Amino acid sequence: MTERARRLLEIADDELILGWRDSEWTGIAPNLEEDVAFSSIAQNEIGHARALYELAARDLGTTADELAFDRTPEEYRCAALVEHRFADDWARTIARHWLYEAADAVRLEALKASDDAEVAGLAGKIDREEVYHRMHAEMWEERLRDEPRFREAVEELWPQALGVLAADLRAGLAERIGREPVEAVERNGRSPEFCELWEEMTRVRRSIPGAAW
Amino acid sequence: MSQEQEFLEYVQSGGQVETGDWMPDEYRAKLIKFIEMHGNSELMGVLPEREWILRAPTLQRKLALTAKVQDEVGHAELIFRVVADLGKPREQCLDDLISGKAKFHNVFHYPTKTWGDVGAIAWLVDAAAIISQKALLKCSYAPYARIMKKICWEESFHILHGRDVVLTMMNGTEEQRELVQEAVTRWWGPLMQFHGNPISREEDPMYIWRIKSQGNEEARQQFLDGYVPQIWELGLTVPDPKLRKSDEGVWEYTEPDWDELKHVVTGHGPRTQERLDLRRAARENTAWVRSVVLPEAA
Amino acid sequence: MIYEVFRQERKGQAFAHAGSLPAPDMAFAEVYAREQYGRRGESVALWVVPRDQIQQIDEFVDELERNYHRVDGYPLKAKLKEARERAGTASDDADVPAAATHTPPPPEPGSARREANGG
Repeated sequence: MTERARRLLEIADDELILGWRDSEWTGIAPNLEEDVAFSSIAQNEIGHARALYELAARDLGTTADELAFDRTPEEYRCAALVEHRFADDWARTIARHWLYEAADAVRLEALKASDDAEVAGLAGKIDREEVYHRMHAEMWEERLRDEPRFREAVEELWPQALGVLAADLRAGLAERIGREPVEAVERNGRSPEFCELWEEMTRVRRSIPGAAW
Repeated sequence: MSQEQEFLEYVQSGGQVETGDWMPDEYRAKLIKFIEMHGNSELMGVLPEREWILRAPTLQRKLALTAKVQDEVGHAELIFRVVADLGKPREQCLDDLISGKAKFHNVFHYPTKTWGDVGAIAWLVDAAAIISQKALLKCSYAPYARIMKKICWEESFHILHGRDVVLTMMNGTEEQRELVQEAVTRWWGPLMQFHGNPISREEDPMYIWRIKSQGNEEARQQFLDGYVPQIWELGLTVPDPKLRKSDEGVWEYTEPDWDELKHVVTGHGPRTQERLDLRRAARENTAWVRSVVLPEAA
Repeated sequence: MIYEVFRQERKGQAFAHAGSLPAPDMAFAEVYAREQYGRRGESVALWVVPRDQIQQIDEFVDELERNYHRVDGYPLKAKLKEARERAGTASDDADVPAAATHTPPPPEPGSARREANGG
């Protein structure tokens, strides 16, 4: 696997799994308006994943859907931050959303400066959509920042947020968020939570292998 | 002529009513109940479908299904806003839904079992709903008629999605075709009950006040006319040996089980309690968010 | 707070009322309006306004029937018929297209003065 494909899969997997987790709020968000807004965010994340998979798929001689669904759990490269199920905890959901959007902003900034024109171009497109995600996350952070459960969630997830980024970008995230950098939780194998997610995510597809849906 | 009589003649001759206009108490009460049931149905309709978002077997299907379910929540948003302006706040509607006091359509009380259901629901259940919804475009209460325009436009995408899912499976493997057939067979009963028992429109208060512009049987006939040919042309069957179109162009069918319909909508469907419990739990779970940030009453 | 949303479907069109939504403040209202009225690309622009900022006016008084504000205040048909007859240009078919561009012959001497005097 090329370095480029590896990097693309990392980001695509982050977006896919976070999008999957965010879509768990569809129908049960704190209110109807937020339900609709958060669902758009989830859809955008899946859309970003798809675009990234498509780029990697060309390098690897496969398709976006095959990359998204047909790998074994060990073959996914997502960060620990996106794996958790927070569908009954809005404080942690927003904490993750706010931290991830900040990390992603740092990551996209670096990608936009890449020599690889295709990757830089796609990063630019994704970044323009992410503007609205960041607006939404910041709007919520502003209103929840004094809530104890939100502050605890940010505290708890901070090391994992740093782990979303390559080591050389972490200082930038710390500055952006205004927190001291700590030891990051690196991408390293999939959690039991991820395996449960994977089981449900691939259940229909595995039920009739090779079928068109 | 009494004010009420004048109002009745006004709406029956096509007159439109706005939020601040005088309206008889009975009209307002019936309107609220009818529109509230629609809102509840959109909200409860989300629950059988949302599980399948997580299990969607391609990225495209995942996106389309998420967008469909999102639309339904958006519709609930629009609908409860109309009810609130008529005098019943959203939180009160949600209270009544969760307590079982308010009703929602029969189809959302049933389980979904396979990806075949995802196709069948978006294709046939949404089709049955859109027939009623198109008739509501002429509702005498203008704010409701206006949101129906947006709702109908968005629903048309859902039917496209449903047909796409079904056609892909019908052109796929034998096992996939069986999934579709099994789902259609299982949903046929609730579909036939969906438009309600055949009360004549002259006896239907909803029609008298021109809240609805078509009778129940009219809607059902339209559904059969539009969709039975679509079902049969794919080689699928429907579990009713009596189903046929007469020489006069009227669809004949086995009388639906109206007792089952009544039993289900009064809160005894196979999934009613489980889904109301889920709504209650989600609402309790996020109550702190509403008190900290989001307004209580809409 | 309730916010009213107006949407413009395409550039050049009028902003039309689209609906209303509840939100704690304008920042939320903007996010929610964008979602409800723009997620399917159905609008090119939105106006979001707090409901209490909108003043509805729905009573218009015209007790003395001011017909000069309406088309029926200008009963031209009979006068046009009379004028055409006088000029000898009347035809049975009042909708003959040529009549629109036809230049009537000059009035008979004296007739203009008679017209001006309400003749």
